[in-house]
Amino acid sequence: MRLPALCPGCGHMTAGAPLSEIDVLVAGGAAAGLCAAIAARRAGATVHLVESAPRALRGGNTRHARNFRIAHDGPAPWVPDAYPADAFLNDLLRVTEHATDDPVARRLIDGSADLPGFLIDNGVALQPTSRGVLPYSRRTAFLLGGGKAMINALFATAVQLGVGVSYDTALAGLHVEPGHCTAELRRDGSLTRITARAVVVATGGDQADRAALRRQLGDAADTVVVRGTPHADGSGLRLLLAAGAAAAGTPGLGHLVPVDARGPAVDGGIVTRITGIPYGVVVDQHGRRVADERADLRRTHYAQWGPRIAACPEGRAALVLDHDGLSRAAPTALPPVSAPTLAGLAAALAIDPAGLDATVRDVNATAEARGGRPIRVPPFAGYPLVAGITFLHHGVAVDAAMRVRLRTGGIADRLLAAGGIMAATVLRRGYLAGLGVTLAAVSGRIAGEEAARVATR
Amino acid sequence: MSRPADTPIDAATEAERLLRICAACMYCDGYCAVFPAIAGKHGFPRADIEHLAHLCHNCRGCWYACQYAPPHPFAVNLPRTLAEVRQESFARHVRPRWLAGAFARNGRVAVAVVSAVTLAALALVLIAVPPEILFGVHTSGGAFYRVVPWGVMTAAAGLSFAWAVVAVAAATVAFWRTIGPRAPLRIVLRALPAALADIVTLRNLGGGGHGCNDTGEKLSGERRASHHVLVAGFALTVLSTVSAALLHHVTGAPAPYPIVSLPVLAGTLGGVLMLVGIAGLAAIETRADREPAAPAEIRMNIVLLALLAATAASGLAVLGLRATAAMGLALTLHLGVVVGTFLVLPATKMLHAPFRAAALLRAAIDRLIAPPRRSGGE
Repeated sequence: MRLPALCPGCGHMTAGAPLSEIDVLVAGGAAAGLCAAIAARRAGATVHLVESAPRALRGGNTRHARNFRIAHDGPAPWVPDAYPADAFLNDLLRVTEHATDDPVARRLIDGSADLPGFLIDNGVALQPTSRGVLPYSRRTAFLLGGGKAMINALFATAVQLGVGVSYDTALAGLHVEPGHCTAELRRDGSLTRITARAVVVATGGDQADRAALRRQLGDAADTVVVRGTPHADGSGLRLLLAAGAAAAGTPGLGHLVPVDARGPAVDGGIVTRITGIPYGVVVDQHGRRVADERADLRRTHYAQWGPRIAACPEGRAALVLDHDGLSRAAPTALPPVSAPTLAGLAAALAIDPAGLDATVRDVNATAEARGGRPIRVPPFAGYPLVAGITFLHHGVAVDAAMRVRLRTGGIADRLLAAGGIMAATVLRRGYLAGLGVTLAAVSGRIAGEEAARVATR
Repeated sequence: MSRPADTPIDAATEAERLLRICAACMYCDGYCAVFPAIAGKHGFPRADIEHLAHLCHNCRGCWYACQYAPPHPFAVNLPRTLAEVRQESFARHVRPRWLAGAFARNGRVAVAVVSAVTLAALALVLIAVPPEILFGVHTSGGAFYRVVPWGVMTAAAGLSFAWAVVAVAAATVAFWRTIGPRAPLRIVLRALPAALADIVTLRNLGGGGHGCNDTGEKLSGERRASHHVLVAGFALTVLSTVSAALLHHVTGAPAPYPIVSLPVLAGTLGGVLMLVGIAGLAAIETRADREPAAPAEIRMNIVLLALLAATAASGLAVLGLRATAAMGLALTLHLGVVVGTFLVLPATKMLHAPFRAAALLRAAIDRLIAPPRRSGGE
């Protein structure tokens, strides 16, 4: 069957390259895809970008990003002091317990040094440290207005450069042939075939796909909420694996953090995260304490609590605070459940009151004996908790030019991957703040340049 | 979780829901003074919500940057909600209180009052001033006062101006009582320079240095620039009036003054700048994305712009026509417009100037008393 060619003047697209045959096709409209499209276009290639989300929800998980980690040797308006590339690499090696691809990691970290300049040149505004109420952070630069503002700027730049953009359009088929790739694009249930001399797949991971979550996390998957875009459905990842890509990462691992159970099932982002755990006590539905809330007070403690909550009965827990604890916790999007007594709070949170009472007595006795934070001053406040998934630690393997590695041992030189879909190449376990955007943008830029090089050769 | 679709909800309640989400997010803290002012806050009493509503300069950077804007179920639309709170807040603080009704219909009231005063002035002059004087060509000193006697002119303009100042000041005092922090005078004085700098430079219309979303997704400095031009023009017309009064009373030389004199040069340049600024702001109002705006606020903006435009244009007309037979009518028209504008001013968007200045002062005081809590990224 012969599929109709895409029409360049269709309403859902912006004018760009002629569509049935182009140099570079980019799938995914988040940081990785946009940086790839812009880099490829600037390198002289004709480029079309397809984004599976509608325009209003474009930008994948970058919509929820705030800051990005960069190596730098001296202060800049958007970042103080210095963070040498070696220190960056050491941090990565530490959190991954050396489960990383060294050459790829080095390439990405080296690329992070140029990232602020690249983003600024392409219209992205970085927040000077002198503005707003930013915490001190020598490792990360902050996006003025956050990730969606960056996405808006990059789309505007891409379109201005002549990149064609199609929203509501998903990559549905991918065939690598000698000299080119053939891709099938799906929009409104109809398929279109397009020939590209190189394809960059930047469609994110599969953490928003329930079946994938279930395979990775087991029963816990049923109560886990997806913190980011619902469009990270793994379709691109499955296409790459079907095309022979080598898998990377650690099956069964994901970055899970405690989130407010009353938040949305997807796309809750930063605001439903619950960070006040060190100021209270976390109990399961029987009122039993889940773990010591103050054993680890580093910022990374969130990542330990996600799996603990997922492992609770029915995947649910609750954070209970007294008046003092609540005043120390960060503000939350949804006001806490509040009650004048612990028994009332237990009822409101559907926790066994006797269990909660016993746990709090125990916590208070320990606090008195050894110092610590008692739960004593009414009114009491509580947050129902579930685990929220940020990403899964698996994807495809790439080389340092972001070319997809094949299971057979070779490399697909016209098939590139960038962003969340290949992050597990360098992050097989663990988490670093601000790493997501850096990996995405730098890998996207490298992939775009490589795609343009191979496509216009 | 999200704003109920079909139940009416008051703007302050909706603002509280949104500000909680914003305080948990804080991605927009580089855009303007609103977000640093909510850093670390767990709750938002009504007074704080009103303060934040007036602190918001309607720059809209946060609307385009918001990952929780519709169609997200959180349906965050902070600029529109704060604009709605501003409307309610203006109405509640209008002084004298019976002006609240006029405020709610300030378009119709402005048209009615300005037209009535202007028509009455024209009728009076047509009846009271002999045609050979009204339609004569006057070039000597004191020409204006042959059409409208000095006493009448100063009394009408002076009294209506005094009314406007007293009523706007009373409204501002009432607003300050609502939002004013209990701070010692020493702190207030220390906060003053920062607040004045924010007021004069319109820093909060800078979008953190990259411009605001004046009309849509594209960043621009149009609104800030147009507002500066309008205010500069307005200041020059004030300079013109004050210098004319000084010339009249100190040197004893009555208007009209020669082209090369401070009152005429400042007045002309001021009038022209006002019209340029008004045109810029009006163009933004007509082109701007309606989604993050409150319709009532747009109407209120247009009314104030129209009043200022009529004042500036009729003033320029007096200048252009002062050596012709039309001077008498032009002067009367201008006087009518000015007096009418002063009369309705306390029920118009003019209140935004002192209210926003008060909000900026409170924000500067708060920054001294309780520096905002730092917030992190992911």
